[in-house]
Amino acid sequence: MSGTYLGMPAFPQAARDAVRDRRLRGNLRHATHTIRAKRAKAVTEVSDWAELREAGRRIKDHTLRHLDRYLVQVEEAVTAAGGTVHWAADADEANRIVTALVKETGESEVVKVKSMATQEIGLNEALEAEGIRAYETDLAELIVQLGKDRPSHILVPAIHRNRGEIRDIFRAEMSEWGRPAPEGLTDTPAELAEAARLHLREKFLRAKVGVSGANFVVAETGTLVVVESEGNGRMCLTLPETLISVVGIEKIVPTWRDLEVFLQTLPRSSTAERMNPYTSMWTGTTDEDGPRTFHLVLLDNGRTDTLADEVGRQALRCIRCSACLNVCPVYERAGGHAYGSVYPGPIGAILSPQLRGTGSDIDASLPYASSLCGACYEVCPVAIDIPEVLVHLRERVVQGGPATRRGNKVLLKPARGHAAERAAMRAAQWAFAHPGLLRTGQRLASRTRRFHPRTLPGPGRAWTGSRDLPAVPAEPFRDWWQRTRGGEDGAE
Amino acid sequence: MSSRERILGRVRRALADVPRDDTPYDRAVPRDYLREHGERSTEETVALLAENLADYRAVVHRCADAELPELLARLLAGRGSRSVLVPPGLPPHWLAAVDATRVPDRAGSTPHELDRVDSVITGCAVAIAETGTIVLDGGPDQGRRRITLIPDHHICVVRVPGQVVSSVPRALRRLDPARPLTWISGPSATSDIELDRVEGVHGPRTLEVVLVD
Repeated sequence: MSGTYLGMPAFPQAARDAVRDRRLRGNLRHATHTIRAKRAKAVTEVSDWAELREAGRRIKDHTLRHLDRYLVQVEEAVTAAGGTVHWAADADEANRIVTALVKETGESEVVKVKSMATQEIGLNEALEAEGIRAYETDLAELIVQLGKDRPSHILVPAIHRNRGEIRDIFRAEMSEWGRPAPEGLTDTPAELAEAARLHLREKFLRAKVGVSGANFVVAETGTLVVVESEGNGRMCLTLPETLISVVGIEKIVPTWRDLEVFLQTLPRSSTAERMNPYTSMWTGTTDEDGPRTFHLVLLDNGRTDTLADEVGRQALRCIRCSACLNVCPVYERAGGHAYGSVYPGPIGAILSPQLRGTGSDIDASLPYASSLCGACYEVCPVAIDIPEVLVHLRERVVQGGPATRRGNKVLLKPARGHAAERAAMRAAQWAFAHPGLLRTGQRLASRTRRFHPRTLPGPGRAWTGSRDLPAVPAEPFRDWWQRTRGGEDGAE
Repeated sequence: MSSRERILGRVRRALADVPRDDTPYDRAVPRDYLREHGERSTEETVALLAENLADYRAVVHRCADAELPELLARLLAGRGSRSVLVPPGLPPHWLAAVDATRVPDRAGSTPHELDRVDSVITGCAVAIAETGTIVLDGGPDQGRRRITLIPDHHICVVRVPGQVVSSVPRALRRLDPARPLTWISGPSATSDIELDRVEGVHGPRTLEVVLVD
């Protein structure tokens, strides 16, 4: 398993390989079903879930619609509180900024809190290339890092591994990175957690530089919020002398009060808890408590391109809870790796092709990695209409059209391999524009219905391999309507 | 052009469809969700806090103010704690009966030194009943953030009912964002192995909460 996403096959190929892996399917089924039932219970506990969800949606939408103003407000507030703000237009720039900041400290290792933004930009690899070792400290990230694996879930990147596999990875790999796994380590989760505690403690205690993301940045106060469970976040946020937080520009909320919405919806949606064990909030630096130096790196990396799409921009409301992954029938079967991105599942299928564009095979195929069942929209705590964006992106892939890439307006060409879909759509458009011909065609289809094949010939065979062709009725609907007036009167 | 100007320029071009007189923040967000869930008497709120703390595996005790020194001494002795971290503003009488060596919270202590301390005793800023959460704000009876992180045993004293609120919205109103805040709901835990919750990872594996009347 390689740690890169370059040259990933399109989703259908990757998914085909994944569904053949019985162990993977078993692990995913077990984990997603466990959390699904728990989440439903945690959400039922609060009678005003619908109102909280709507408020969360509106807060995020409002912020996105005035993002320039709130970005400047964040910069002012963080600077006033003793922090330093950096702006990174893309992944390379963010990596250069962080690498330079670490080098300034003279250190050659950093401890990291789990962060999607730093995964997205490939920070660990960039640091490694400059001789700086980044230690992942979240348990699941540690499992992925030790196993030289790729993450497959937003919240639990090692969800594709079961306890036995985790024990084997700990036994084989921990000694390469520091303290080896305890003798006689078994696969009970408590023992595995204990092994991680012992392995990482020496790294926490000597760490001089911490790297994090953030769940929220409050514009009016300049406060950053990190929501976590294990305490590794607190370790990285408070013990080092220097803290560097890399945060996507969509993480902003306008006011302190807005946290009252998300601190109720996020834990219940992600781990199905009333409240996660630890939440850290810090505003700049505090004298003699925690890091003396704080850097905030504001990251674009395709977010402004996403913002420019009036339908697609709702994907930026995402608070990375992963409820949509856990409920998705496609994710449950294909697993996270098939999505070819650090953002798998339904949200990944709309986020990756917008952040990265639809140029590669994998990104052009992601809008199709869905049955459009809508379960993701139902559970989303900020009401992102994922099916709506999926259909919108399918249209963009097939038809091409205007889009924004790296801040510039571009005209996308229709993608290869969708010629039949385009031809069918053109034919449908022509037929619906000619009602007389449509009627004749429908009548002809009805009269010849006994001779229709059960399966399609040629390239259509794959489609009918798992689907029935719709049966043509004995009488076209419009003829029936004219004859019976909808069955209201005159019906025989 | 700096990246700051580049990003802000991209944002402004991306938002060309947003009218200048777009709905302002005050009216853009409906606040018709509840301030708290259900109606409870003060005593019921405290009972709910105890119940939710225990549900996430915190060990809950309740006593009168006069019984506190005795209880704290017993909790430390029960674990065999020989040393205890003490924030500068902890009321001295709380520790009147404690035998363990007192380690003051000092800026100069290294993390390795703190790692050798068995327990820590603090107060808190506020406690949230609906979620079973205690919030520390670095006040004089709570100390630096790291002292409640490195020792494996944390005893947190909550003054009831004064420090207890019902809900997250009520807690945020009482807190000052300028202070470093730590929200704690039970001992450290993880759901990273098969999405099942296991208590006890990097933070204190034992959290005891004393509700003092």
